[in-house]
Amino acid sequence: MELLNPLALLGNFLIIPGLTYGCQLALGALGVTLIYGILRFSNFAHGETMALGTMATLLVTLWLQSAGISLGPLPTALLALPVGIAICIFFTLATDRLVYRFYRRQKSTPVIFLIASLGVMFLYNGLIRFIVGPGDRIFTDGERFIFTAREFKEMTGLREGMAFKTTQGITIVVTIVIVALLFWFLTRTRTGKSMRAYSDNEDLALLSGISPDKVVMVAWILTAVLATIAGTLYGLDKSFKPFTYLQILLPIFAAAIVGGLGSPLGAIAGGFVIAFSEVALTFAYKRVLGYLLPEGQMPEGLVQLLSTDYKFAVSFAILVIVLLVRPTGIFRGQTI
Amino acid sequence: MKKLLLAIAASACATVASAEDIKIGVVLGFTGPIESLTPAMGASAELAMKEVTESGKLLDGSKVESVRGDSTCVDSAAATAAAERLITSDKVSAIMGADCSGVTGAILQNVARPNGVVMVSPSATSPALSTAEDDDLFFRTAPSDARQGQVIADILNDKGIKSVAMTYTNNDYGKGLADSIQSNFEASGGEITISAAHEDGKGDYSAEVGALAQAGGEVLIVAGYLDQGGKGVIQASLDTGAFDTFVLPDGMIGDSLPVAIGDDLNGSFGTVPGTDSQGAEIFDKLAKDAGITPDAFSGESYDAAALIMLAMQAAGSTSSADFKAKVMEVANAPGEEILPGELGKALEILAGGGEIDYVGATAVELVGSGESAGNYREILVEDGKNTTAKFR
Repeated sequence: MELLNPLALLGNFLIIPGLTYGCQLALGALGVTLIYGILRFSNFAHGETMALGTMATLLVTLWLQSAGISLGPLPTALLALPVGIAICIFFTLATDRLVYRFYRRQKSTPVIFLIASLGVMFLYNGLIRFIVGPGDRIFTDGERFIFTAREFKEMTGLREGMAFKTTQGITIVVTIVIVALLFWFLTRTRTGKSMRAYSDNEDLALLSGISPDKVVMVAWILTAVLATIAGTLYGLDKSFKPFTYLQILLPIFAAAIVGGLGSPLGAIAGGFVIAFSEVALTFAYKRVLGYLLPEGQMPEGLVQLLSTDYKFAVSFAILVIVLLVRPTGIFRGQTI
Repeated sequence: MKKLLLAIAASACATVASAEDIKIGVVLGFTGPIESLTPAMGASAELAMKEVTESGKLLDGSKVESVRGDSTCVDSAAATAAAERLITSDKVSAIMGADCSGVTGAILQNVARPNGVVMVSPSATSPALSTAEDDDLFFRTAPSDARQGQVIADILNDKGIKSVAMTYTNNDYGKGLADSIQSNFEASGGEITISAAHEDGKGDYSAEVGALAQAGGEVLIVAGYLDQGGKGVIQASLDTGAFDTFVLPDGMIGDSLPVAIGDDLNGSFGTVPGTDSQGAEIFDKLAKDAGITPDAFSGESYDAAALIMLAMQAAGSTSSADFKAKVMEVANAPGEEILPGELGKALEILAGGGEIDYVGATAVELVGSGESAGNYREILVEDGKNTTAKFR
């Protein structure tokens, strides 16, 4: 009992938000890592791809809501997600055809691709603001909570409450399903295996008759699927605001690099490492210690390592440390 | 013949000079953190200009035209550029603005002072602006937050609240207000458990709320913006059950916040400059007739624009150097009291050499270096709406 109160406290403010944020980062980092593995460049347009897919989902959701269709306790956005994904796939494939294919034919260096992706980022950026504007939009509907902090207190009789939002639950469940499907696809199917082969050694893959165009196409489709789902989950959990998708790019890249670029498993691990370090290092442990330490020894200060202002600095710092100490990342990916 | 032509030309010039088209810049954050308030603010200022133009009494029938500029509320460089454009290329005679304290200070120092142009801000409330070098060019129809801090401390004490947590938006406005609340509340025996900054424009505020929740407190003071981090912090606090009552200073008062948050905001309270004077009611009606939905700082905007034009009339000139000394005169006693909708009458009195005491929508009384003395409306959120609890 003595341990349950601080656990609930940590769960409410650290573990549940950390898990949710980790899932969102992991899905984003998976997309970055896939493109890096197959096309061999850092796709800076990934954040905006997420925003684009989310925007499409948002518009379909609004249409569904106005038509009176809903999923009951679940957000309507889940119903709109497949359409959003389809639209996002269309955009990524069109971009590849119009932009990246040209540079592939030219056999351009990765830096050229990277700069081109920066251009694509600005293009998407403008397109999204042109269509839905820069404002904040909330498109969550259905039940808000699986259980609220008050219900939790009544249920358990603890002094500390713990809230669990529906969107957090959905984020975690959807991430598990998507990651499982992705790994099944990469390890069990013919196309998935050919993608891994292409990623490991392009020349050998070409010699054994793997079509590069098909591999690239599948990579873009997977990226669009992952980006739209990650973006929509993030948008459902917080709110849809185009600017935040630009900001989330840094932690996503940090996650992909920390985990090891090109390694899907690394992307997931990296996502959680970044998410939990950001949350845990900026958390104030005053009341947790108050429960654990003997009576009357509650610390005067907040016991906070870093002010929350430095949240993004944490992902930067981890990124720098990993690049210095172990440039290949935790799971031995490629170096930049 | 030559002389005749010259004489005609000279007389033509003279008519132009007496009844000119006066341009007044309206510099507000039409995009950015308070973009939900600025449309009504801009329209209210323009309402005063329209009233004056239609009366035909300003400087022998001059027309007043508004030129809008975007202050963005947060980006000093963009705001300075916008104000610079209004003065150098549109040739405005004065600026109604800016809105947020940081950009207002930047425009004052970088544009208004070098060009010698009068600025009247309807909503910049940072205490730092009271002491800023202004060459007597800067006025505000909004009170300094030094006063708001006192009012908030009073409300907390009246409600018997002893310990509060506080978060503020990381800029001049937020920091100034937070410091003022803290010093006033602590002086009256209250405890601020934490005073932490938050950044605007982030997607996720759960980490900030985590820290605030650990410090504890009966209520949370959110000195931020209603379209930005302030809303995010409140939402995250409610989601995690960290706080359920919030204190909302003027940057958080607007009709969009109770709508966005919903019933959970009921019971929260706040302050916004305002009075129970007759002027507020008259202005409300005027604005509604003109198709404007008055929101926070709409009345102040009307008053700011009105003061500029009345001072011009009193000085008989549109040059800032001439009329800057008249702003305080027309705003304060002695003289005939002027309510909204009576600008024509005021112009007539001034033209006749009389004196006026502009009351306007917000009971304007300029003190110190030219800022409103500070009447506040205590807001209580009830049934998903901002309601007026009382006036302080």
